[in-house]
Amino acid sequence: MAGHFELLPGGGAAVALDEVEVSILRSLAVQLLELIGPGDEPDADADPLAALFAEGPSEPPSDPALRRLFPDAYGDDTEELRAAAADFRRFTENDLRARKREDALAVVRALDGLAGGEGPEAAAVLKLTPDESRAWLGALNDLRLTIATRLDITEDEESERLYRLPDSDPRKPMVMAYLWLGALQESLVETLMS
Amino acid sequence: MSIAPIEIERTESAEEVSAVVEPDVPWVTLVHNDPVNLMSYVSYVFQAYFGYSKDKAHKLMLDVHHKGRAVVSSGTREEMERDVQAMHGYGLWATLSQDRG
Repeated sequence: MAGHFELLPGGGAAVALDEVEVSILRSLAVQLLELIGPGDEPDADADPLAALFAEGPSEPPSDPALRRLFPDAYGDDTEELRAAAADFRRFTENDLRARKREDALAVVRALDGLAGGEGPEAAAVLKLTPDESRAWLGALNDLRLTIATRLDITEDEESERLYRLPDSDPRKPMVMAYLWLGALQESLVETLMS
Repeated sequence: MSIAPIEIERTESAEEVSAVVEPDVPWVTLVHNDPVNLMSYVSYVFQAYFGYSKDKAHKLMLDVHHKGRAVVSSGTREEMERDVQAMHGYGLWATLSQDRG
């Protein structure tokens, strides 16, 4: 799986993805959407004003991956800092959740709009606008943060060992996906910086 | 310049000046190292969000990587909360604190 983004003339990026890659990416993006969820946000359709003034949670999420996506903004050394972190979370977490959902949705939408090639081996070329590229970049990063939490990638040396797992290890597919997403993200960063 | 201010005005203005120049202790945004974020991505974020040059962004990224964390911006508390929220949006691990050093 050697998907590699290339710069499009006039901005944006393109990558060739085969059917399996599209299916893995879509599945991961949907799982990310489910993980992020609506949070504490009220139903905006029911009362738009209530949604506008609604406060988010003051406690960090209990799920470690969500805690990494929505970290504390202040240290936790003192009562004062913990109170400041709770306030910050109350006023920002819903917006942050919405942004991350939008990024993941952009991935699903782009993949669904992809005209597939013939047969499972045929690659379709995905073309992203500059805005879509930025959304993809955020979503790919969020996916890697989430998978890294699940794999318990904590230190550079420990992760080295994960990269050399035998094929029989149950974590192997997840590690492969993690590395592939990293290469995909790296090539997308390069196109945005060029 | 006006001439010959009377004594009592001079005393008042001196007090006002000392109250105004008393600086608030500035706040800083710290970005912390983590084993997941790509070095190129961290550099990209510093360029895209803060508008830093490629060189400055690269140096800050290396500071984060080698020293465990780096100050990436400073200003009022409100400004730093905005920066920290933006960093979290990008998936970087950031906190703000008052720069007592």
